[in-house]
Amino acid sequence: MIKRLQNITTKISSYIAIAGIIIIWQLISIMEIIPRYMLPSPVDVIRAFILDFPLLMHHSKTTLLEAFFGLSIGILLGFIVAVVMDRFHFAYKAIYPVLIITQTVPTVAIAPLLVLWLGYGMAPKITLIVIVTFFPITIGLLDGFMSAEHDAIKLLKSMNASEGQIFKHIKLPSSISHFFASLRISVSYSVVGAVISEWLGGFDGLGVYMTRVKKSYSFDKMFAVILLISFISLLLMKGVAVLQKISMPWAGKEKNL
Amino acid sequence: MTKLIASNITKSYDNKEIVKDVSLKVDEGEIVCLLGISGVGKTTLFNIISGLLIPDQGKVLLDNRDITGQAGHISYMLQKDLLLPYKTVLDNVSLPLIIRGENKNIAREKAAGYFKIFGIDGNQHKYPNQLSGGMRQRAALLRTYLFSQKVALLDEPFSALDAITKSTMHNWYLNVMEKIKLSTLFITHDIDESITLSNRIYVMTGKPGQITGEIKIEHQKSRGEEFILSNEFIDYKKRVLDILNNS
Repeated sequence: MIKRLQNITTKISSYIAIAGIIIIWQLISIMEIIPRYMLPSPVDVIRAFILDFPLLMHHSKTTLLEAFFGLSIGILLGFIVAVVMDRFHFAYKAIYPVLIITQTVPTVAIAPLLVLWLGYGMAPKITLIVIVTFFPITIGLLDGFMSAEHDAIKLLKSMNASEGQIFKHIKLPSSISHFFASLRISVSYSVVGAVISEWLGGFDGLGVYMTRVKKSYSFDKMFAVILLISFISLLLMKGVAVLQKISMPWAGKEKNL
Repeated sequence: MTKLIASNITKSYDNKEIVKDVSLKVDEGEIVCLLGISGVGKTTLFNIISGLLIPDQGKVLLDNRDITGQAGHISYMLQKDLLLPYKTVLDNVSLPLIIRGENKNIAREKAAGYFKIFGIDGNQHKYPNQLSGGMRQRAALLRTYLFSQKVALLDEPFSALDAITKSTMHNWYLNVMEKIKLSTLFITHDIDESITLSNRIYVMTGKPGQITGEIKIEHQKSRGEEFILSNEFIDYKKRVLDILNNS
């Protein structure tokens, strides 16, 4: 009971903090401490959000579609690379440094190149998302495979299990919590990656919308789209958490004797 | 009838002999104990008998067939219960049947039939982390039994349990064994446990590990508390201690 009360208070306190920030922000705008055209008030932002809602939804659709395809391919590729690296030691030795190098290349630097190579459509965006999302997935899965209990593998070997069976019954399920930890990161990367690549050229998408409203100095709309992107990321991360709970029914069940 | 024979097993690691010229046998339906202090090579010997390791010398015969270095014939229960946390108890227990290539549903059905005998009925759809240590051990033993009904190797099956649970488990174990008649070779470093549970004891001592003594336990009808407190029990214990001290 007490614990429950504590839970509620910690939850409420975070809401209070957010509400406090918004109120202070609103006050700053009302008192014109920072000029309105530089920092629109929260009310302005919400108004812009409502007025532009159909347009925002239209652009979100493109961004989400890119994020979805990019992330799906990223997961698939990450999975394949992780399996190969786990299975063959020489592949691990060969691929690991390459993986690290791909992560040191700044995304913003390769995005324009991708646009040059692949045009203004979805292809360069999806490619960029694949590049940023597959790394956490690969590393997460690989860690998961390696975290599999050595004795459990020995037990299956004593049953004369094949490598495939050991993978299916031990390694894959051992990696599931690692996978979801990586997925949470990759999901938010995918949305941000889509927006960044849209900045550099395209016809639709929240990033394109962002560059347009920035050029017209509509900061209220700018904030509205930032708000929307944050909201989408949060929602997707929550979705991953729900998916994790469904996929891991054994977690959190405690001994009740 | 003799079920399992291990003859003249020798194994070295890095030029160091771990077990030397070990021979033992297990008759049909017999419970045989391998008693020795930690580090004497008992687990290495089990890895060889189960087929996970190939001995430098010697052979393992099951029903007079050479199975040296072949896994999958003899079931092996490792020191930890090793129930997979992400599978239900039923799925954990039916795993050996699935590994052997049986259909999942048929495997589950077969496994479910044994839950009563093993005293874990009602836990089929729970996850291992919802079970007590004793219950987990029972489930692990059922999995071992479903893996192979010929011979089972148990590596310190009850060592992780507290004293009271342990004695309950001993009674339970003897009860189950009477029903399933599984030929068993088990490792322990607990002298009382070896005398209580087994028909025969091999004492393994030294470096490299060798079998330095064999004691046959003639049980009365009951192996319960009376036996543990009897003079015979003490005599057996003295004989075991003599072998351990003299080598």
